[in-house]
Amino acid sequence: MAEKSAKKEKIARQPMPEQAADVRRRNFEEVPTGYSEETAVLEAQRCLQCKKPACVAGCPVEVDIPGFIKHIAEKDFKGAIQKIWKKNSLPAVCGRVCPQEIQCEGLCIVGKKGEPVAIGNLERFVADMARNSGEGELPAKAAPTGKKVAVVGSGPAGLTVAGDLLLKGHDVTMFEAFHKTGGVLVYGIPEFRLPKDIVASEVETLEKIGLNIECNMVVGSIVSIEELFEEGYDAVFIGVGAGLPRFLNVPGEDLIGIYSANEYLTRANLMKGYLFPEYDTPIIRGKNVVVFGAGNVTMDSARTAMRLGADRVRVVYRRSREEMPARAAEIHHAEEEGIEFHLLTAPVRFVGDENGRLLQMEGLKMELGEPDDSGRRRPVPIEGSEFMLDCDLAVVAIGANANPLLTQSDQEITLNKWGYIEADPQTGKTTKKGVWAGGDIVTGSATVILAMGAGRIAADSIHEYLTWGW
Amino acid sequence: MFKIVKREEMAQGTVIMNEIEAPRIAAKARPGQFVIIKANETGERIPLTISDIDVGNGTITIIYMVVGKSTALFKTLPVGDAFQDVIGPLGKPTHIEKLGNVVCVGGGTGVAVLFPITRGFKNAGNKVISIIGARNKDLLILEDKMKSASTEFHVCTDDGSYGNKGFVTEVLKDVLDNNKIDLVVAIGPVPMMKFVSKITKTYNVKTLVSLNPIMIDGTGMCGGCRVIVEGKTQFACVDGPEFDGHQVDFDGLMKRLRAYEEDEKMAYEEHCKVFGDK
Ligand SMILES: Cc1cc2nc3c(=O)[nH]c(=O)nc-3n(C[C@H](O)[C@H](O)[C@H](O)COP(=O)(O)OP(=O)(O)OC[C@H]3O[C@@H](n4cnc5c(N)ncnc54)[C@H](O)[C@@H]3O)c2cc1C
Ligand code: SF4
Ligand code: FES
Repeated sequence: MAEKSAKKEKIARQPMPEQAADVRRRNFEEVPTGYSEETAVLEAQRCLQCKKPACVAGCPVEVDIPGFIKHIAEKDFKGAIQKIWKKNSLPAVCGRVCPQEIQCEGLCIVGKKGEPVAIGNLERFVADMARNSGEGELPAKAAPTGKKVAVVGSGPAGLTVAGDLLLKGHDVTMFEAFHKTGGVLVYGIPEFRLPKDIVASEVETLEKIGLNIECNMVVGSIVSIEELFEEGYDAVFIGVGAGLPRFLNVPGEDLIGIYSANEYLTRANLMKGYLFPEYDTPIIRGKNVVVFGAGNVTMDSARTAMRLGADRVRVVYRRSREEMPARAAEIHHAEEEGIEFHLLTAPVRFVGDENGRLLQMEGLKMELGEPDDSGRRRPVPIEGSEFMLDCDLAVVAIGANANPLLTQSDQEITLNKWGYIEADPQTGKTTKKGVWAGGDIVTGSATVILAMGAGRIAADSIHEYLTWGW
Repeated sequence: MFKIVKREEMAQGTVIMNEIEAPRIAAKARPGQFVIIKANETGERIPLTISDIDVGNGTITIIYMVVGKSTALFKTLPVGDAFQDVIGPLGKPTHIEKLGNVVCVGGGTGVAVLFPITRGFKNAGNKVISIIGARNKDLLILEDKMKSASTEFHVCTDDGSYGNKGFVTEVLKDVLDNNKIDLVVAIGPVPMMKFVSKITKTYNVKTLVSLNPIMIDGTGMCGGCRVIVEGKTQFACVDGPEFDGHQVDFDGLMKRLRAYEEDEKMAYEEHCKVFGDK
């Protein structure tokens, strides 16, 4: 046994093949091209098949990781996808966007001495394989219960709730404000990181098992939660995300050429502005771009700007490198693509021309002072360090808040002081009878997998309610 | 899909009226609210204020001027054809109440937006004095509808081809001089709303304007529609579209409306080449 594992450790972590940085920085095709069968099997052999797998404890939806990896090692790819699907209905998405380095891979035993097993890459491999071969037979559905559920919002939280409840035999209708389903997966995360046909095919699968979709439905304005009950729905799940952009609140922020990340990415992704004029929505193509923030959204905006033809893209962040919240892979990819990082720097104001177009920003250097409420050292301005920087496009990607459009329309749903919905973490129940919530509208901006986890919990609780009562 | 059940060309084909099947929106919409319309898969999301609602038939009416590729594309759709997406009702409805004397000033296609508001104020028991204007007689729209929705009615044309010669602002001054006015509602091109607000300010009469910045979602999630009101950033789609005209930064709005001028021109010219339209 000791011998066997020693031999296994000799296999190095299989690198993910990618488009070369100097090529991909100008196109919108996906960056990683995916493992081949041989690479996947080789990588799968690195797993020690631990009795008490640490990785599973790091997975918010507790995918049986060693279980599915074992199937890969045995070249039973169908068996592998079945294992994953038991816990995760969007593996092609999660394999691409989960922060594995702080979840499963961050806890992997192999990683203690060397590099962890590439769990994310393997998950993605199996999911892509199933999709491309069309082998993913539809999961079995329980007999119809005659109960109707309304799911508001079609992001990962809503999709998970819908999938789970459909399989349990309920009649599910999804209401989405935009003209397309997928939430952040379609309007936020760019094509080069998450191809949109993957999201579309996940939604299609749900439609095949009976999901009704109503797009263009801004719940809270065209129909209220109360009216959904009047229309005969027995339960409502709210997964509307955190869709309110945060701005810097510095002078000059209304100049043309300054976008919120929400607007910039929605123009680029949902509206396909990068294909203008084939698609009708224009998007400003900056030569000299600054992007504020340091999360995934920041990296996505910066890399989009590069692909839209920028000469220089600078990420401007108030804090230091250690505090950057983006996935390690995104920061790494951004750097490879030539994106510059200006850390410990804050914007002071923007300057425009007589037509109201952005010309410059004024910045200020910071240094780290005492820790603040979040325990991170607070950046404090260095006096006299002001400087001017030329720019013709600026994207503000410093986070999002709760959008009040829906929540304001129903007084019985209690909100916390930041405007997010109060929901019981064990069940997803809100303070209004028959209404559940989950995802970013409860936690604030988080991750795809946490939104899915919240969806799963809510679905279980909704099912219980529909079977036994509140 | 949202079927077009009625279509009319106005102002010599420069302005189009579409009545669209949208029962859910019709049941909910109130004066002052708008919809976002996207014609097809590759289309752009265009905000248009609702001009009329027929709850019984489940339809809404929109009236738009053909100014660029998207509206030119809308124009090509015949009765029986459909818009792929219509989203609404969006924005805050006009706060309609009995105030006394209300003046409704409309210019260009703004008259279409003004009409349901005018009717609303009249039905609420106000004396409504309407003043509508256009560059010339042929470009005037909804004259009869506005007339029937008003207690007193004035028409102006810039060239004097019909009604009073000159801008709506001149008649407005007259009306303000001779009446005690409680509210002015002004909807039309941005310069018109700016000048109306300037005048009413000197008379200290509260003035509502309806703003039409470039939008994407219409639900407060992108911030693209931001306007400065009272020195503060507001999102026109959720905080408006109506604002206190005395507080709006109209010059800023005019600039932001030109954000994509070059792109729009290019796209429109391409469209015209294909459709042989002018
Ligand atoms: C650019 C970007 C990159 C990201 N990258 C990553 C990443 O790499 N990894 C990761 O794990 N997470 C990432 N995230 C975060 C992740 O996408 C979110 O945490 C997750 O999508 C939240 O899911 P949700 O279902 O709660 O909401 P959302 O995905 O936000 O979906 C909410 C949906 O509800 C709709 N809606 C809103 N209001 C209404 C209404 N009134 N009526 C009807 N529908 C409504 C919205 O249009 C939207 O479609 C990223 C986020 C962004 C913006
Ligand atoms: S911790 Fe690592 S080695 Fe152990 S089962 Fe999980 S992936 Fe395999
Ligand atoms: S249109 Fe996006 S916030 Fe108003």
